[in-house]
This record gives sequence, structure tokens and C-alpha cells, in this order.
Amino acid sequence: MHHDHPNARRPKGPSVLAICLLSPLLLFTVAQAQVEVEFWHAFTGVNAELLEGYVADFNESQDEYQVNPSFRGSYPETMVAAISAFRAGNAPHIVQMFEVGTATMMAAGEAILPVHQLFEQTGVAFDPEIYLPAVRSYYSLPDGRMMSMPFNSSTAVMWINEDAFRDAGLDPEVQLETWDDVRAAATAIVEADAATCGFSMAWPTWTQYEQFSAIHDVPFATRANGFEGLDAELMINSDLHVRHLQTLIDMQADGAFTYGGRDAAGDALFPSGECAILQGSSGLLARVLREAEFDWSVQMLPHYDDVEGAPLNSVIGGASFWVMQAPGRTDEEYTAVANFFNYLARPEVIRDWHLQSGNLPIVFGVFDELQAEGYYDENPGRDIPYEQLTRATPTENSRGFRLGNLPEIRNIIQEEIERAFQGEQGAQQALDTAVERGNAVLRAFERANR
Amino acid sequence: MRRRSIFRNKLLPYALLAPQLAITIVFFFWPAGQAIYGSLLIEDPFGLRTTFVWFENFQTVFADRLYLDAVRVTIVFSGLVTFFAMAPALLLAYMADASIRGARGYRTLIVWPYAIAPAVAAVLFLFIFHPSIGQVGQGLRELGLRWDYRLNGNQALFLTIFVSAWKQVSYNFLFFLAGLQSIPKTIVEAAAIDGAPAGRRFWLIVFPLLSPTTFFLLIVNIIYAFFDTFGVIHALTQGGPGRATTTLMYKVYRDGVINLDLGGSSAQSVILMLAVIVLTVVQFRYIERRVHY
Repeated sequence: MHHDHPNARRPKGPSVLAICLLSPLLLFTVAQAQVEVEFWHAFTGVNAELLEGYVADFNESQDEYQVNPSFRGSYPETMVAAISAFRAGNAPHIVQMFEVGTATMMAAGEAILPVHQLFEQTGVAFDPEIYLPAVRSYYSLPDGRMMSMPFNSSTAVMWINEDAFRDAGLDPEVQLETWDDVRAAATAIVEADAATCGFSMAWPTWTQYEQFSAIHDVPFATRANGFEGLDAELMINSDLHVRHLQTLIDMQADGAFTYGGRDAAGDALFPSGECAILQGSSGLLARVLREAEFDWSVQMLPHYDDVEGAPLNSVIGGASFWVMQAPGRTDEEYTAVANFFNYLARPEVIRDWHLQSGNLPIVFGVFDELQAEGYYDENPGRDIPYEQLTRATPTENSRGFRLGNLPEIRNIIQEEIERAFQGEQGAQQALDTAVERGNAVLRAFERANR
Repeated sequence: MRRRSIFRNKLLPYALLAPQLAITIVFFFWPAGQAIYGSLLIEDPFGLRTTFVWFENFQTVFADRLYLDAVRVTIVFSGLVTFFAMAPALLLAYMADASIRGARGYRTLIVWPYAIAPAVAAVLFLFIFHPSIGQVGQGLRELGLRWDYRLNGNQALFLTIFVSAWKQVSYNFLFFLAGLQSIPKTIVEAAAIDGAPAGRRFWLIVFPLLSPTTFFLLIVNIIYAFFDTFGVIHALTQGGPGRATTTLMYKVYRDGVINLDLGGSSAQSVILMLAVIVLTVVQFRYIERRVHY
């Protein structure tokens, strides 16, 4: 393109360089009429297409603001990118942050602008009460002020391979209420050779410790799972937690349980047909629809029936949108962000997002509307995540988690239970060690953020 | 015969050096300085609250039982990667150096793996060795082996070593081949006429004459195993199961990027940096002068 320029006749270094340096400025003057908002996200595939579609719809719906979405890698990568950008003075306006990064962001002081403050400051009307309590409370202070904007939320469910159940002579329609039921079914499936793996899970810490604690109404950590202060300590070496890890170890010894790896690694085991029962994210739906070549269904997570109060609601996973501050940011820019957030909270957007991605319908009304239309009768199982999330009033133990460096704590728990599954240590020792190491991480976070 | 260039303009040499110096300063000295400064601080990730703590981060690192575990894993890992990257490369180079039909073709093919990014190589092998979706993985299980690197630490370590070494064989092959070709054929032939069998000719003549190349590759491979194997470990095992494949480099990533412990992570980087400086000094003092490129 430089050849079309008059200066191209004498292509000296400096003039070419000058054009290169100036061209972004030229673009900038053209677009200056609109207020631009930088929006960093961590979505790929279908989710990214949908999200960028909503952004494009918002941009077209008005001509004052222009939101620029940009993919920044996985959740941890996006987090680190946003942190470095803030330190360099050019943080994005909005960054998508996974739920386990919530405590880190809340402690980030002037780096962030809490969502409740954003709406107060800009005067844009917004009602946080539109969100389901289980969603809103995860991203709010104990006094109810909302800190970030919920968007993609899922919860953990149990995926059932109906073909394998029938091959083993089991009725897949029967709900596996308790862990004894799960164990019996998984054992029967493996013994009948209906699948190579009876039971497994993805996101081991999330499904077996975070969700498990919420459902059984036992604390994952002190100080209301960290909501009440940075001085929280892990509680996952309780008798119930140890008993549960021992159940998994025993099931592994019987061949009924196969460990599927860390984080999302276990996801692949269900759609491939290898594991007949998998506890994982409800967000696995799109992949199961695409890949599974067998009849499947979804059930709620099981519990131990001798635990009083169980089963409670499960907790959400997923991510929310945080507003970041940077030097020289104007009120107009914040107003743009507030308007964009209001757009994303519209029932029609949430409805489309729920239908297309399988994420939870996080605002009131959408679920009821779809139910009235008969959607859940035609698509059985799609209502299970919502029903499980809203089946109880969240208690201190089932509201969510507010622990510093929770991603690292998840890794520590995975490491220690792996060593238990390898037979290197017993259940009690594994969880004692996980608590000790996790508490060290919490104390380091407390110290760095005091 | 050597040609000497004489610069008339006093500034010209500096101007010619400037780009290289600028790159070194911007991309090495500056970040290294930041790492050293960062290792003396405790701060939150956003840099809002910073405490200067002198060497406390180093004390914490050395008092950490898990850090010593990682040192042990790194020594085993690096030693085996280096050995398995070099021994097959030498064998292949020795065979490719012989006059065989299509030698040029083999040489080109053997170089290919070097062009594959570590993470891509790891994913390739994931599809081969995965216990449920990998062909070799499934085959091993059908043979009755309890192959599952997701839960067996030794298998995980073996797999990461295997993939890391596989990637480096090509590079070593090139250097060994060049080294072999610089050994005068006459010496080897003279030994053959004297009746020395092939094995003796290799160990008593070729191998000692190749030693400068071998020493050079030893250092390069150790540094590779220390620093450039992150992609392989990250894609295959994420340092697990347990901590079976958590090397020092992987721990820096875990503590810095996942745990956001910038001070501790910087302290570990500085320790690693010192380790490399020691290795480089060893290379220059004792080995470099004996290497003939």
C-alpha cells in the first residue's frame, strides 16, 4: 500500500516508518466519533461466536458506543494479560474472569470499578435483583452490593449413558440419589462390561469438593467460605470429606471409578462413551450433542443420605465481567460500559445464550417463559441444572467461594488426591496435606493483599 | 589468511553494534533486572501494595519441601532428556554418515521434528499415548499393562522425557553429522587396515575426536531440558500426577501465573538464571576452546 503514496518514489526509511506510525492515528481520528470500549474475553468456538454476535448486535443497536471484543487466551492467560495491562497503565475496560478469580479481583482495589459503583456513578439504571440469588451472591459482597457482571454460568451435573445402563440391566430412568446408588450402578456397569469405565469426573476439585461441600451443607473453608474475611482456612479434611475420598479410592480399587485427569481433561470421557457416569459441567452439553453416539440423560448430583440437611443447592461455575480502571478513563467510557452491560442482561439475550450454549438462564423469568412454552418437555434434562441450582435457599456453605488464589488451591487438591489414587497416601493424609498447603496459599494471599 | 577491516569512522562500529546491544538490553538485561528487583518484594498481582522484604522470598523457596522435590525431578528429567536426545542422535548420525543410498533423504527427514513446536509435539503424542483415545495407549492396555500416565507418576515422567528428547534428536543429529564429517576419513581407514573392528574404531577413534561436539551438545541439551520443555509438560501432564513432572521451570509458571505469587516466582527465576550462568561459564571456560565448529 505504501507504493500508492506520493512518498513512495523515494522510499527512504524514515518516511515509510512515519507512515507506519501514523496510520493507526489516522484510523483513530475516523472512529473518534464513537466511544470505544475494549472487551477482553476467554471464549473459543461456539461461545466466542455467540458472545461476539451479541457485541455486534449491541454496536448496531446504537451509534454512540463501539465495543471491541478480543480473545486473550484461556481464563488464567486472560487474567494475567489484564493484570499486566493494568500495571502498564492500559487495562481493558472490561475483562472476563473465571469464578475462581473473584477473590483476587475483589482485592484489586483501584484496579477495578465495582459494578454497583459503575451504575451509581454513571446514573444508568440497573436492577441487580433480576439475577438468580445463587448467581448474584457469588459475585456480590456479603451486604449484597454486586461487584461484577454475571454472564456465563453453569453448574455441575451427572451425565448418564443410557445405553450402557440398559446393557448392564439397569434402568436409566431411576435417579441415582445417593453415592451408594452411584457406586452400585458403576460397579454393575463395569462387571457387565457395558463400559470400560463406570464412573469418573471432570474438574475434580470443583465437582468433588466445592459442589460436594455445598450440597452437603458443610463448609469448604471457614469464615463462610471466605466471604467474611481473608483469614479463612480450608475445612476439606472433615470426616465427611475423608469418607468421600475413601469412597472414591474404594471404587477405584473395584474398577468402578477411573480418574480422568485434572480440570477439563475428564470431559472427553463421557461423549466418547468410555465412562457411563460422569460428573462434570452442565456446559458440556454442546459437546455431548455433537459427539455422543448413544442415548444420554442428565441427573442431579448425588449425596450421602445420612447427612442432615443434604441435598442443598449446587453452586455455579463459569465467569463474570469485571470493569477495570486505567489512567485517563472518561465518564463517557464508563457510561458506554454500563449501557453494554444492560444490553447483555436483557432477557432475550440471556434466553438466546441459554438455548444456544447450554449455560444457565441466570435472570428471573427466562426459565419460566421457556417452561410455559414447553421447551423443557421437548428437551428433557435441560432444566436439571437450573432446578438443582435453585432447589434450596443458599446457606453460608452453598453461596459460593471467596478464597484468594483458588485456582492454585484447586491444583493443590488435585495433586494430593492424585497421590491418594496412586496409593502413595491415605485419604486422611491427602486431605490434611491439601489443607496445610492450601492454607499456606491463603496466608500468602492475605499478606500480599493486607 | 585473515582480512582485517579497519573502520575510519569512530562512531560506525558503535552504530553497527547498537541494534544488537539494544536488543540485549531491552530483551535481556531489563527483564532480568526486573526479575531481580521483583524477587525482593512481596506484592499483590496488581502492584497496588508492595513490601520490600530483602531475601525473604529466597528463604521461603529454599525452606519449601516442594521446591526441593522439583529440584530432584528436574535433575532426573534433564539428565534423562539429555541422554535420550543425544544417544539416538549419535547413532543416527553415525549411520547417516556412512555411504548409503539416499543418505541425503534420510538426513532431511530426520531434521523435521525440530520444526515442530513443543506444545504441538506434545499434543501429537497425547493422541498416540492417551490410555483411552491413543492407539499405542490402548494397545498397551490390551497387552495387559496398566498404562495410565494420568495417575502413574513414573509413566508420566517417562512420557514427558520421551517427547522432549524426541524433539531434540534432530538438532543433535545435525551437529553430530557435521562433527563426524570433519573427522578425516584417512585415520579411520588406517585403523581399519590395521585390523581394528568397527566397534573399536568408533569408541577409540571417532568418539574421542567427536568429544568437542558432544560437550557442546551436552550443555545445549541440558539448557533445553531446563527451559524449553515447558510446552511439552504443560500440554501433557500439567506437572502431575501429584507433582511427578513438576520441574523448576514448570513451578515458576505455576507460582507466577496460576498462583500469582510474583515475588516467589521471581526468586525462583533468579535462582534458575544463576544456574544457567554457571552452566555457561563452565561451557566457555572448559569446553568452548576445544570445540571446532
